[in-house]
Amino acid sequence: MSMPKALKRFLQPALMVLLGLVGLYVITAIYATGESLLAGVMLVTLACFIWIYTSPKTYAYRYLFPGIGAALIFVVFPMLYTVRIGFTNYSSANLLTFKRATQYLLEETYRAEGATYNSTLHAEGNHWRLRLEDAETGAAFVAGPVVLGHEKPTTLKAEPITAPVPGDEMPMRDLIDHQAALKALTVLMPDGGQIRMTGLREFAPSRPQFTHNPDGSLTNNQDHSVIKPNFKTGFYETADGEKVNPGFQVDIGWKHYVEIFTDASLREPFWQIFIWTLIFSALTVVFCTALGMVLAVILNWDSLRFRSVYRLLLFLPYAIPGFISILVFKGLFNNNTGEINLVLGTLFGLKPTWFSDPFLAKTMILIVNTWLGFPYMMVVCMGLIKAIPQDLYEASAVAGAGPLTNFFRITMPLILKPLTPLLISSFAFNFNNFVLISLLTGGLPDFLNTSVPAGTTDILVSYTYRMAFQDSGQKFGLGAAISTVVFLMVAVISIIQIRSTRIAEDAKR
Amino acid sequence: MAIVIDKSQRWRVIAAHVFLILLCALVLFPVLMTISISLRPGNFATGSLIPKTISLEHWRFALGLPVTNADGVVITPDLPVLRWLWNSVKVASLSAVVAVLLSTTAAYAFARLKFAGKKASLMGLMLMQMFPTVLALIAIHSIFSRLGHTFPLFGIDSPWALVLSYSGGIALHIWTIKGFYETIPGEIEEAATVDGATPWQAFWRVLLPMSLPILMVIFLLAFISAVNEYPVASILLRSQDQLTIAVGSKQFLYAQKYLWGDFAAAAILSGLPISIVFILAQRWMISGLTSGANKG
Repeated sequence: MSMPKALKRFLQPALMVLLGLVGLYVITAIYATGESLLAGVMLVTLACFIWIYTSPKTYAYRYLFPGIGAALIFVVFPMLYTVRIGFTNYSSANLLTFKRATQYLLEETYRAEGATYNSTLHAEGNHWRLRLEDAETGAAFVAGPVVLGHEKPTTLKAEPITAPVPGDEMPMRDLIDHQAALKALTVLMPDGGQIRMTGLREFAPSRPQFTHNPDGSLTNNQDHSVIKPNFKTGFYETADGEKVNPGFQVDIGWKHYVEIFTDASLREPFWQIFIWTLIFSALTVVFCTALGMVLAVILNWDSLRFRSVYRLLLFLPYAIPGFISILVFKGLFNNNTGEINLVLGTLFGLKPTWFSDPFLAKTMILIVNTWLGFPYMMVVCMGLIKAIPQDLYEASAVAGAGPLTNFFRITMPLILKPLTPLLISSFAFNFNNFVLISLLTGGLPDFLNTSVPAGTTDILVSYTYRMAFQDSGQKFGLGAAISTVVFLMVAVISIIQIRSTRIAEDAKR
Repeated sequence: MAIVIDKSQRWRVIAAHVFLILLCALVLFPVLMTISISLRPGNFATGSLIPKTISLEHWRFALGLPVTNADGVVITPDLPVLRWLWNSVKVASLSAVVAVLLSTTAAYAFARLKFAGKKASLMGLMLMQMFPTVLALIAIHSIFSRLGHTFPLFGIDSPWALVLSYSGGIALHIWTIKGFYETIPGEIEEAATVDGATPWQAFWRVLLPMSLPILMVIFLLAFISAVNEYPVASILLRSQDQLTIAVGSKQFLYAQKYLWGDFAAAAILSGLPISIVFILAQRWMISGLTSGANKG
């Protein structure tokens, strides 16, 4: 028994050191590619991991680390990162980091003066030989052999040749597959010129478009102009302020927030959407609770038969996956072919345009959401009603009170208090009920005269989603800024909820 | 239990039945309609609730079998419903396993061990799950697309990215399991400790086997929520073959390509198993829901 123990004592630290070294190596490699944020997160995680699993003081944290770590990295970190993005110009025009944008520009090439060569590749075992023929004089050269598996920059020397190059020619399809590897080749001609691949079957002198200067600016090799990075706009700019694509991410401070609250074309839809978000969540809670509570009272009524059958049927909407029921309703409400309009048409001769009229669209959303949400409230209320002491009802019966008096004077006041925290969390859930809006209407019909697409049925989260992932320009920065504003609203709702929960708990004691 | 039964009682019972039956009809209408539509020929045909002619073309479409239409042209379904379902099951099983693994040990520490910052971190977990993931979509997209540059396995369009992003949402699971552990008397583990077990052995050999039922429930909960998750999946998955059923289903109902009947069949095919699992697990879920709400 002593051998394994000694081995274990030695093995554990050895494994830790090994893990630490491997981790550090990987992190350094990642840092070198310019992903300093990712490298930073990984470094912190690795350090915590090693500290927690080696120090005897942190025993309890060994159990917590995996779960809390995942929550911190994949829930808390994205939220903080959202706030961070809100202060940058991150969008489709400014997608890359500064380092990558610079790298992109330095990889640009232009076609320099000089002879053009028609190129063919000829197999020689696993290797390929490059045959070049001057397009004008017909002089032939050969370079290689070379292996085409990688994309590392390689320089080959070409020599004049008179005989044809042996070996099968590479077919077009393979040429396309090997394009990246071929583009990394530089061929040194006997006259001292350098040529690179410019077409699938063409090599020509090509030179990098830009040269990096020590002061961070780039010199255009073609016309010798200088472009300088502007960290206010997030672009390299020429001397007269012309922007050079691609742009890069820079901090722009509070610009997005100023825009949201002062720019008329943004402010108008923002407030309208905010108000609709409030109305939508509040009405949903009211409707679901009212229906759920009434049903709970009825289903708790002993004189009623088949109660369990009703309960099961009424619970059904809660069991069906949300994305399915929402899409089913989208089909049923369809203006022309939907079954709901069919029924309304035959019964009342009506044909409401559910998806193009803003008011009807909002009505439809509320109907669908009530259908989806009342079973939960029903089940919760049934549980709460069971806890009401029966003698209250007996006393009221002696006093000659009817069922309505019972409901408004006893049942409702008694379950409303413990229900309040749930009502608030239901409000908070619907405040961000992205799935419903996105799948049912997608925010449509749209407002007119807005600078970014905004819909009359959009709630704040679906509005930011459309801004970032649909329609125009991937405005990640602006979307993140609005998300940050919504974070603050959710925080306020959460504080109210925690307060109300405390009150409900105190009432119970 | 009413003590005085007056004459209006009978009418009230009848009124209640009428109300409940009407409501059940409203609740069942979309469900029955979907079944009917899935059996009706054609994607635009309208008709009565009970179809006059029953056609299995939509079911063949949903199952990926070729359909021969009226002109004798064979159409191969272009929306891989079964593949999407399989993707959903794959992602959901993996993330449910991850959720169980991550939350059991954390819940053990919260229920049994003493450490600094316990109360604060429990509160933090509670607060964390009040902020919905939807708000962080832009950051999640950015993080995983950048992560994909370095580790293609965890980039956009990879199911692993989805599993990773779901792995953080375990706050509620930790609370639920912690609540369960607290109902098990600590003396049992203490006895094991007296016999020379380390805290890890007491947890692994004694407490964990006793908590298998709650772990099953957490597995089911995490499974169902991962299958139903739409927002994160919709931004992380792009190519047709990688979609989960929640993201893919949307493609049936585009204005320019409106496959109502095919959607109905696919909806039943994918919705039925999840609903059955849900109804089976609802007993525990509801107790979890109401008790979770009162814990604050």
